[in-house]
Amino acid sequence: MKNYLQLNLSLLYWVFVAPFKGQFPKLSPIFRQMVFIGVRAAPMVALTAFSVGVTLAMQAAHSLQQLGAEIYVPDLVMVTLLREMGPVLIAVIVIGRSGSAVAAEIGTMKVSEEIEALEVMAINPIQYLVVPRFLAMMVMLPALTILGDYIGVFGGWAVCRLALDFNTAGFIMRALESADAWDLYSGVIKSVIFAWIIITIACNAGLHVEGGAEGVGQATTGSVVQALLAMLVMNAVLTGIFFFAT
Amino acid sequence: MNTETEPVIEVIDLVRKFGDRAVINDISLNIHRGETLVIMGGSGCGKSTLLRHIIGSMKPTSGSVKIFGEEITTMNEREIARVRCRFGMLFQSGALLASLTVGENVALPLLQHTDLSPDEIEEIVEQKLQMVGLSGFENLKPAEISGGMKKRVGLARALALDPELLFSDEPTSGLDPIMTAVVDQLTLKLTHGSHMTAVVVTHDMTSAFRIATRMIMLGHGDIIAQGTPNEIRTSPNPEVQQFINGEPDGPIPLNLSQDEHEHHQHVKPRPFVAARGRFHHKT
Ligand SMILES: Nc1ncnc2c1ncn2[C@@H]1O[C@H](COP(=O)(O)OP(=O)(O)OP(=O)(O)O)[C@@H](O)[C@H]1O
Ligand SMILES: [Mg+2]
Repeated sequence: MKNYLQLNLSLLYWVFVAPFKGQFPKLSPIFRQMVFIGVRAAPMVALTAFSVGVTLAMQAAHSLQQLGAEIYVPDLVMVTLLREMGPVLIAVIVIGRSGSAVAAEIGTMKVSEEIEALEVMAINPIQYLVVPRFLAMMVMLPALTILGDYIGVFGGWAVCRLALDFNTAGFIMRALESADAWDLYSGVIKSVIFAWIIITIACNAGLHVEGGAEGVGQATTGSVVQALLAMLVMNAVLTGIFFFAT
Repeated sequence: MNTETEPVIEVIDLVRKFGDRAVINDISLNIHRGETLVIMGGSGCGKSTLLRHIIGSMKPTSGSVKIFGEEITTMNEREIARVRCRFGMLFQSGALLASLTVGENVALPLLQHTDLSPDEIEEIVEQKLQMVGLSGFENLKPAEISGGMKKRVGLARALALDPELLFSDEPTSGLDPIMTAVVDQLTLKLTHGSHMTAVVVTHDMTSAFRIATRMIMLGHGDIIAQGTPNEIRTSPNPEVQQFINGEPDGPIPLNLSQDEHEHHQHVKPRPFVAARGRFHHKT
């Protein structure tokens, strides 16, 4: 826990204070990490989001048909997807795919003395390794979430258009009427906070690996479990703040 | 020895314990500018650990380490980083960054600590790699080169910033005799020509006697012998004689480190010792 807070403090320093002292983060490693963390995860995110959109629409249709209220299917899809399912499920994918990879990569560097070598070359491992991954994650997880939202809504449309009596214009009208901008923004704000949780937990786990390959494995698994739990708890807290307490 | 000048490295009463086992037990030593100090000693006797304390990546249980006249054990990270720009370190494992190519590894300190243009950096990288006999390997990844090559890339990287002080942890292990001679000659050239100070850990006695201006031998967490190569060669200490001549029988027991470990790790050395005993009776 102490390590984790220290990591967060140095991250804050390198991201928000150091640039004012003329030490800007280098762009090329950030872009490389954005490709790795974000772009490569896009197909999985797209597939997940599509199937979630389809599932939501089918469940909504099933329940609402009994009330003769199929017209509200887009409302349900939009709100559930933008507020909850989108940010949470995409975070789950990114934890499993990118968070674990970051923990394993940094952990391997730690056990093969690469981190120590960086320090001895007077290169700060937080600045050199963690900052690019952090910035990449902070940009890419919200971006993936927005992408996933679109694709999920597309899945919802597919069900409405093909299985229910919606025409495309009707779906769009209904969808825009039910969801307001805040539904989208709240999901994106959630994803920014999730991004922070995921990347700091993964990097922290990697930086404090001890004991060879076995340690790397344990740290990776540990980081996935911790990030999942922290993310889900944080989601409940944020939903409470955004939609319940107000 | 130029004892009048300030020593570059001053180790005073250094103690380091892991658990309650003292790996370094009250070591003091001075290293002066232009010297090549060779550190010898059995595997696991604490040579790498001693180096790690001198470069400030481990903190001692007690004692002090001064480098360029400044106390490193109490420095904060930023001060340590400033001192570290002045020395290079070759790790026992090479410790190359696996995600970068050989050339990028050597260029790393230059990119981080200088404002040189990409062309200038490329030129320096080329020159350093040539010094260790590896021109043309810039674009390979560490996973694609041999162990001895990794060592030499590590050396090139340690020398990238033309340091005043070089630490090498077994620079020649895994190298063939010719490459060993090349690396030794490089160390000699840098210490004589550029007044670099070198601290070299090695098990290779030919290499040790070739480059050393002073040698120390560690054992039982302490310095058991020190002096010029000649003094070490003619040392009356039987442990030193056994070590430099590489004899299996002598005062250094084979199972020393096993016994030390047993206490902490509950490793029973019995079968090993028994086997050794049988072997002994036959011969
Ligand atoms: N981080 C650590 N935690 C616990 N014990 C350690 C640690 N690092 C080193 N040691 C112990 O310190 C002793 C000395 O290790 P060190 O790596 O310094 O040996 P060495 O002299 O460099 O050996 P070699 O010649 O094989 O490289 C070993 O017995 C090792 O078990
Ligand atoms: Mg060693």
